[in-house]
Amino acid sequence: MSSEVLARREAVRTDRTARFERMVEIRALEDAVRGLFAEGLVHGTTHTCQGQEAVSVGVAAALRPTDSVCCTYRGHGMGMALGLTPQQVCGEIMGRVVGSIGGVGGSMHLCETSIGLLPTMAIVGAGVPVAAGAALTAQVRGTDDVAVAVFGDGAANIGAFHEGINIASIWKLPAIFICENNQYGEYSPIAATTPIANIADRAVSYGIPGEVVDGQDVDAVNAAVEAAAARARAGDGPSLLEMKTYRYAGHSRSDTAPYRPAGEFEKWYERDPINTFGARLVAEGLLADGEPEKITARVTEQVDAAVAEVKTADSPGVASMFENVLV
Amino acid sequence: MARMRMNQAIAAAIGDEMRENPDVVTFGEDVAVAGGPFKTSDGLLEEFGPLRVRDTPIAEMGFMGAAVGAAATGLRPVAEIMFVEFLGVALDQLVTEAAKFNYLSGGTVRVPMVMRASVGAGLGFGCQHSQVMESWMVGSPGLKIAVLSGPGNAYGLTRAAIRDDNPVAVLEPRILYAVRGDVTTGVEGIIPLGQAATLASGNDITLVSCGSTVRTCLAAAGEADGWTADVIDLQTLQPWDTEAVLSSVARTGRLAVVEECPYSGGWGADIVAKVVSEAFGDLSAPPMRITAPDVHVPFGKELEQRYLPSAEYVTAQVGELLATGESPPHWWERDGALV
Repeated sequence: MSSEVLARREAVRTDRTARFERMVEIRALEDAVRGLFAEGLVHGTTHTCQGQEAVSVGVAAALRPTDSVCCTYRGHGMGMALGLTPQQVCGEIMGRVVGSIGGVGGSMHLCETSIGLLPTMAIVGAGVPVAAGAALTAQVRGTDDVAVAVFGDGAANIGAFHEGINIASIWKLPAIFICENNQYGEYSPIAATTPIANIADRAVSYGIPGEVVDGQDVDAVNAAVEAAAARARAGDGPSLLEMKTYRYAGHSRSDTAPYRPAGEFEKWYERDPINTFGARLVAEGLLADGEPEKITARVTEQVDAAVAEVKTADSPGVASMFENVLV
Repeated sequence: MARMRMNQAIAAAIGDEMRENPDVVTFGEDVAVAGGPFKTSDGLLEEFGPLRVRDTPIAEMGFMGAAVGAAATGLRPVAEIMFVEFLGVALDQLVTEAAKFNYLSGGTVRVPMVMRASVGAGLGFGCQHSQVMESWMVGSPGLKIAVLSGPGNAYGLTRAAIRDDNPVAVLEPRILYAVRGDVTTGVEGIIPLGQAATLASGNDITLVSCGSTVRTCLAAAGEADGWTADVIDLQTLQPWDTEAVLSSVARTGRLAVVEECPYSGGWGADIVAKVVSEAFGDLSAPPMRITAPDVHVPFGKELEQRYLPSAEYVTAQVGELLATGESPPHWWERDGALV
């Protein structure tokens, strides 16, 4: 499993066509999760990321496997972008032993240290100071690794955001704080909870660069993260990047997002990150006409096969709840 | 062997671990330049430099989170919470992140961090700076909890905590920082977590103590007239040394647990429950808890002393238990106590 994960990690780092495929794969798995709920195969909840695939893949493309990533409970996309397989993610969602941590975590908890993915955190904002700490390790040990926190717009209003970024700034830590502004914190539109238009503007108060990035454009995300990573690796400290994106689904499985204004989804879908990137690759000649559609069909079939495989996997036994409580 | 104050023993322990392992770092509010508000990191900045010894902003959530992230990626951070009450704003990072990362990584991520905090009453700091708050942590699987009772075990437990691969909370009674004692330094001074110390031996009762109540129990046993006691310093509350307690009670037949915390939810309830469940036949009297009342720590000197279980109070309660064979009422339950 580990070599496959590393190969998937490397593909996204080096190959833009692979980035397209990965975005399609993420969308396909997230769409499949809905069906799994309908079949009664998912216990608990799940938070999907349709519409935000360009952020996950653009971030992963700019990082090295030795960099650390702190991610949230909306982490299926980020995990797969970094290299987790659909089986590992779906296995965790369904609570099967083939999940990334053996099926004991559920949808919100993924981890794979070989690609730098620290345990994903289900507490809003928690990963911001944790990423500062991972960056501290790089600084103390004198490596040129960086640590990344990926969090939602809702996290920008919790104390951990302020404390974590402030510490990273005063200590000039090699960290990148990436806000996935998907326009909603749980059920609330951002304007109801945040008095400014751009969360990136908050960077000013920490004395660090802040940048608004088109989160629907995987190339733009990749370029912004690469620049922030270069700055961090050079010892020039952290950055705050705000990815403007859109959450196609509701907050969690039970939320059908009835609060969304009419036409909002349609407006964002005109700039769907997968469709626009596919068209760009065709325009650049990297893909032939009609190839994005063929890739989509093939990858979706592979994801469906992976999901079918997970359905046959075992659930963890009683002994698993006594494992890894203490080292 | 060296003679030192408890705060010096803590600084010596951190320093010795830092000298042996470049991954050990320490930070907290005024830990570096000032040497710690209680001088528990005096001299560390000068020896190890600002990369490894840092002052943080007053931001417990932030620097506890940084400790979690640093530990999860290979360092062994020792983060100081000046007063344990300040942990309230950072509890997520300790009990919901640090304690669960090993589980939530399928055993691939370890969080070898130490959260040191000063605890307890007796110095007139008022009710927001005088609590012990073990109860915030004892019910959180994935954490170990050590409690210092003086310079002797301060050195050994602190070093063991830094070496442990789990997150460890080290609670330091503030009232003991200036107490002097003999300290066995070096690796032979390291005290394994989970191991109690039996500090006095007797025949009539087992006094189980921890932190500030250790010296209370030793003084009580010293003042006893007509009875003798085993005095056990648990040293580690999670996991605690069941064998030391059960084997003592098997011999003495009686148990008193002496705690600084309020009665409700105190750690002593677990000790009593275990003994009643597993050694009921050994008991010749009901097990007894001696605690503070379920109130806020009072500020005034006399009231604060009344609040804390004193040696005289322990002696009196034990004497009554032995005389009557029944668990005596707490002082605040007696007629006229609140006048």
